[in-house]
Amino acid sequence: MDFGGLAAYLVSLAIMAGIYAVFCMGLNIQWGYTGLFNIGIAGFFCIGAYTSALITLPEPTGLYAQYVQQIFGLNLPFIFGLLGAAVTSGLIAFLIGIPTLRLHEDYLAIATLGIAETIRLIFNNEKHLANGPQGLMGMPQPLQSLVNPENYNYIYLIIVAMIMVAIYFLIERSIRSPWGRVLRAIRDDEVSAAMSGKNIFHFKMQSLIFGSMVMGVGGALYAHYTKAISPDVFTPLYGTFLMWVMLMAGGSGNNKGAILGAYVIWGIWIGTSFVTNLIPAFLQARAPYIRFLLIGVLLEVILIYRPQGLLGEEKKISRMGD
Amino acid sequence: MAELFVYGIILGSIISLGAIGLTLVYGIVRLANFAHGDLMTAGAYIALFMVTGLFSWVGIPDTPFGPFSFGWRMIVAFPFSMLAVACVAILLDRILYRKLRMKGSGSVMLAMSSLGAAFIIRMLILILWGADSLFYRPGVLEQAVELPLGIRIMPDEILILLIVFVLVVVLHLFLQNSKMGKAMRATADNHQLALVSGIDTERIIIWTWGIGAALAAAGGILYGIDVQLNPYMGWDFLLPLFAAAILGTIGSMYGALVGGLILGVVQQLSTAFLMPTYKPAVAFIIMILILLIRPKGIFGGSSR
Repeated sequence: MDFGGLAAYLVSLAIMAGIYAVFCMGLNIQWGYTGLFNIGIAGFFCIGAYTSALITLPEPTGLYAQYVQQIFGLNLPFIFGLLGAAVTSGLIAFLIGIPTLRLHEDYLAIATLGIAETIRLIFNNEKHLANGPQGLMGMPQPLQSLVNPENYNYIYLIIVAMIMVAIYFLIERSIRSPWGRVLRAIRDDEVSAAMSGKNIFHFKMQSLIFGSMVMGVGGALYAHYTKAISPDVFTPLYGTFLMWVMLMAGGSGNNKGAILGAYVIWGIWIGTSFVTNLIPAFLQARAPYIRFLLIGVLLEVILIYRPQGLLGEEKKISRMGD
Repeated sequence: MAELFVYGIILGSIISLGAIGLTLVYGIVRLANFAHGDLMTAGAYIALFMVTGLFSWVGIPDTPFGPFSFGWRMIVAFPFSMLAVACVAILLDRILYRKLRMKGSGSVMLAMSSLGAAFIIRMLILILWGADSLFYRPGVLEQAVELPLGIRIMPDEILILLIVFVLVVVLHLFLQNSKMGKAMRATADNHQLALVSGIDTERIIIWTWGIGAALAAAGGILYGIDVQLNPYMGWDFLLPLFAAAILGTIGSMYGALVGGLILGVVQQLSTAFLMPTYKPAVAFIIMILILLIRPKGIFGGSSR
C-alpha cells in the first residue's frame, strides 16, 4: 500500500471538505440562524473565486495577453484576494437583498437563483472580464516557496483549517451576542420580533451580507486551491445543491453541524465515485448523474425523516449565562 | 423587429403554459415549485420515449401529419405524456410534499424538497438519455410560411399557438364552470375559508398538481417540437416562469398567461441587442424590476 499517495489523497479530500464547510457556515448564518432561503450560493462562490483571482494574478503581458484577457490584474498577496472576495460577495448580497428581503421568503430564493445564473452567464459571455469560458489559471498560492510543490497541499490544508476555525469562532461569537438573538427571534417569529421594535429588514440584510461574505471567502479558497476556475464550475449542482445537502445533513442552526455535514457529505460524495466504478462500462459516462441522483434522494430522506440533521440545533444562550 | 415579436409570442405562449401551472400550484398548494421547469423537461422526454421507442414497438406508424414536422405518433403521445407527468407530480406530492405538510414543515422546507425533486428528475433524464440535445424527428425540414411584414413562421409554430389557445380556453371553462374549478379558485383566494366551507383541500391539491403538471408537460413538448430537447431546458425555463407568475400576480391564471407572453416577447426582443444566451438574465432583470416597482404584480391589489 502506498501510504504517501493515500495521505496526499486524504489531504486533498480534507481541503475540499474544509472549503465546503466554509460555505456551509455562511449558509448557516443565513438559513440556520435567520431563516433566509438562499439557493444562489453558486453566485457568491463564483464572484468570490473570480475576485480573488483577479486581485492576485498579474496583468497578462506579451504573448500570454493574446490568449488571456482580464479586466485587471493587481498582483497582490493572497490575503487581499480573500478580503476582496468577501467585499464583492457582500456587495452583491446587499443589492439582491434590497428588492427581496421585505417580501415572502420564497422571493429571496428565486432572486438568488437568478443572480447565480446571471453572474455565471456574465463571466461566460464577457471575455474581456475574465477570459470567458476558458476562465483563469495559475492563481498564486500563499507560502508557496516554503515547501516542494508536491507537498504544498499540507500547507494549504493548514491555511484552510485556520480560516475555517477563525470563521467558526467569529460566527459563534456573533450568534451568542444580542445581535444573534435577534436573528433567531426573526427566524422563529418575525411578527413578534418586529413588535419588540427590531428592524426586521436591517437585521435580515446584515445576516444575508455576513453569510455571503463568508461564502465569498470560500470561493477565494477554492480558486487558490484548484488554481483554475471557469464559469462551468459554478453550476447549481456543485455550487449550491451540495452545500444545502451538507447543511441539512449536519444540522442547520449548528456550526459544528455545518462543518460535520460538509465532511460527511463530501466523504459520501467521494465514496460514491468508488461505487460507480462497479457499474457496467456503458453506463460509466453517466456515473456522475447517478451519484447526484443519490445525493438528491438523500436530501429528500433527510427533509422527511431527520430535518434537524445529525446534530440538530444547539441551545444558544448569552456568553454571560454560561 | 416584427419577426422577433412574433417569435416572442410563440416563446411566450410556451412560458405561459408553465407559468399558469406554477402560479396555480403556488396559489393553492402554497409551494414555490422549483421542480416545475423539470416537469416540462419530463413531459418532453416522455413524449420522446413514446414517439421513438414505445410506439414503434407497439406498431403505430409514424406517417406525416399535414405540413408539420411531426407525425401521428406525436398526436397520440401528446395527451399521454401530459397524463404521465400529471401522475408524476401527484406521486411526488404523495411521497414528499404531503408528508412535509402533515408534519407541519414550513413553506421553505417544501420548496427545498421541490428543489431536490427537480434534481432527481433531471438526473433520471440525464441517466436515461444523456446530456446531448435531441430532436423528435431529426433532419425533417419544414416549408416556412410567409406572413405579411416579411415574417417567416413554421407551420409547427402556428399549431403551437393554436394548441396553447385551446388549452387555456379549456382551463378557463374548467375553472369558471366546474365544481372542482370553483373550489380551486376559492382555495387560492382564502385557504381557511375554503376549509371551513367543507372543501376537501387535499383533493383540490391533487387536481392542482395534475392540471399544473399536465400544462407543464404540454409546454415542454411544444418547446421540444419548436426548438430541441435538452435535459437542462426546463431549468432554463424556471426564471422566466417565476418572473411571469410574479409579473401576473401569484395565484392568477390570467396574470400568468399575460406575464408569460410579456416575458417571451421581451426575451426575444432582447436578442436584437444582447447575446441570446443572456435570455435567463433578461428574465431575472424583469423579475427584479417587478419586485422593486410592484411586487404584487400587475393584477394584484395595493394591499392584501
